[in-house]
Amino acid sequence: MRVALKALSLNAVLLLVLLAALVLAIALGEVGLSAIQYRDALIDPASAAAEVLWQVRAPRAVCAVVVGAALGLAGAVLQGLLRNPLADPGVLGVSATSALGAALAIVLGAAVVPGAVEMSALGGAALGGLALIAVSARLGSPEALILFGVALSSFAGALTALIFNLSPSPIATAEVMSWLLGSVQNRSWIDVAWVTPPVIVAGGLALLASPGLRMLALGEEAAATSGLPMARLRILALLAAAVATGAAVAVAGVIGFVGLAAPHLVRGAVQGNPRAVLLPSALAGGLMLVLADLAARMTPTDQELKLGVFTALVGAPMFAVIAWRAAREWRL
Amino acid sequence: MSDADVWLGGRQVLDGLDLRLDAGEAVAVCGPNGAGKSSAIRAVAGLLALRRGIVQLGDDDISRLSERQRAERIAYLPQERRIAWNMPAIEIAALGAPFLSAADGLSRARAALEEVGAGDLASRGVAEMSGGERARVLLARVLVSGATTLLVDEPIAGLDPDAQLLVLDRLKARTRTGQTVLASLHDLTLAARWADRVVVISQGRVVSEGPPLEALTSDILRSVFGVSGVWIATPSGPLLDVTRVLESSQGA
Repeated sequence: MRVALKALSLNAVLLLVLLAALVLAIALGEVGLSAIQYRDALIDPASAAAEVLWQVRAPRAVCAVVVGAALGLAGAVLQGLLRNPLADPGVLGVSATSALGAALAIVLGAAVVPGAVEMSALGGAALGGLALIAVSARLGSPEALILFGVALSSFAGALTALIFNLSPSPIATAEVMSWLLGSVQNRSWIDVAWVTPPVIVAGGLALLASPGLRMLALGEEAAATSGLPMARLRILALLAAAVATGAAVAVAGVIGFVGLAAPHLVRGAVQGNPRAVLLPSALAGGLMLVLADLAARMTPTDQELKLGVFTALVGAPMFAVIAWRAAREWRL
Repeated sequence: MSDADVWLGGRQVLDGLDLRLDAGEAVAVCGPNGAGKSSAIRAVAGLLALRRGIVQLGDDDISRLSERQRAERIAYLPQERRIAWNMPAIEIAALGAPFLSAADGLSRARAALEEVGAGDLASRGVAEMSGGERARVLLARVLVSGATTLLVDEPIAGLDPDAQLLVLDRLKARTRTGQTVLASLHDLTLAARWADRVVVISQGRVVSEGPPLEALTSDILRSVFGVSGVWIATPSGPLLDVTRVLESSQGA
């Protein structure tokens, strides 16, 4: 009961901070607005300030929240599934297959068709997810899944590099590169409408899989004899992670480290419970990404910093700290 | 389980193994390292595919039961005591009954933790516990289940003497309420004192079976375990005095 209350209050606090960050991300930007302009934006939808706030900054910020939530959720699901605190969508190759899908669509000239790149990215994630499900059904062990995921990630990365290599158009190559760096710049409400439903579906799948994630804390064999339909729950968990990652990559490109770090920020507060960590991880992921996007926007550089670059710059040292702490725990 | 053949990684680990458990029995599986004790327990739990043979629960073939039906009858405590996340003991114990409501599961978990002398650990994270404390919590998880058969793989390995006796005592107590317990044990003295019946396995086969001192004869101790042993009657029960066959023959 105490744990449930703790989780509830954690979610409430995260939600409040997330809303505050969202307001901040909409209010602040490169273009400074006066108090009158803010007032105009609130009362006159046709004003220029309203256009900046509600058609440029708001969809971008909301997009960052949804993409961050998707990545945080995917990371929490995969860490629970693999019983490994260093797992994230990048490790299992779903980000890479999704990026490959997007890269293919771009070089084949499909970017002119609305939604084609997004669908292709989602398709790539789905194929990666299906490959992982097939391996999981055959081998079951988390170690095998991680090894296969690493191989899948490398292979998809190599194919993406091959696309660069063979692409006749430097413009398409630059476009793919830009996509791979990850960004929510210029995202519209259409993008938000596009990314939100699959993330909600992924949340539902993760919720269905969550009893299995909790049971897996005991290990594969104890879980297999627990009475829960572990094969089905494992598939649901992989699907949840693939759909969430695919949706995130489809709309924002490849953004690393959020999936890894978000669950770690909140795990202590829910006493490690891999079921209770799902929602706070999504909220923390959304919070991290909206703040990272704000920081990337506000950093005074000639070219706006790409979100994926920014999260990697902050996330890589964080990853090192996590690995350091984990290694110390293992030593104990 | 009858006539069970199991192969793992190209090696045969069970070779026509027969194992029968009766209701309310405490059965110890003994044998040297690599004899197939854990494989036998895992096969009974339905975790290993049989190349030949069958595992039956009553009249039912275990492979035809749903996961839930199987779990209602069998609870399995693996040798592996690693727990992935630092969850509190009570939540770990409650995982033994995943189909109960959260409140009922926690209340049963609390009772099981008390039963294994770990009531004061209920809210402590398992990563902050000693190996012995964690073993008790994991045993409580199995006791929570209410399954008719408890399969416990080396439940006292690595525990101090007091914890060993406590764990075996609690498992024995469960047989008095009609549950069946199959445990793999390395300590032959404790196996002889605890079990109603001992099954000795060597190279994936049952080589001896019966009441403890009838199953663990001097011949079996020598041929299977490679030791020369004499059972001594003590007020606490039989005590096995052993010496290595190799050393004693060298000494002679």
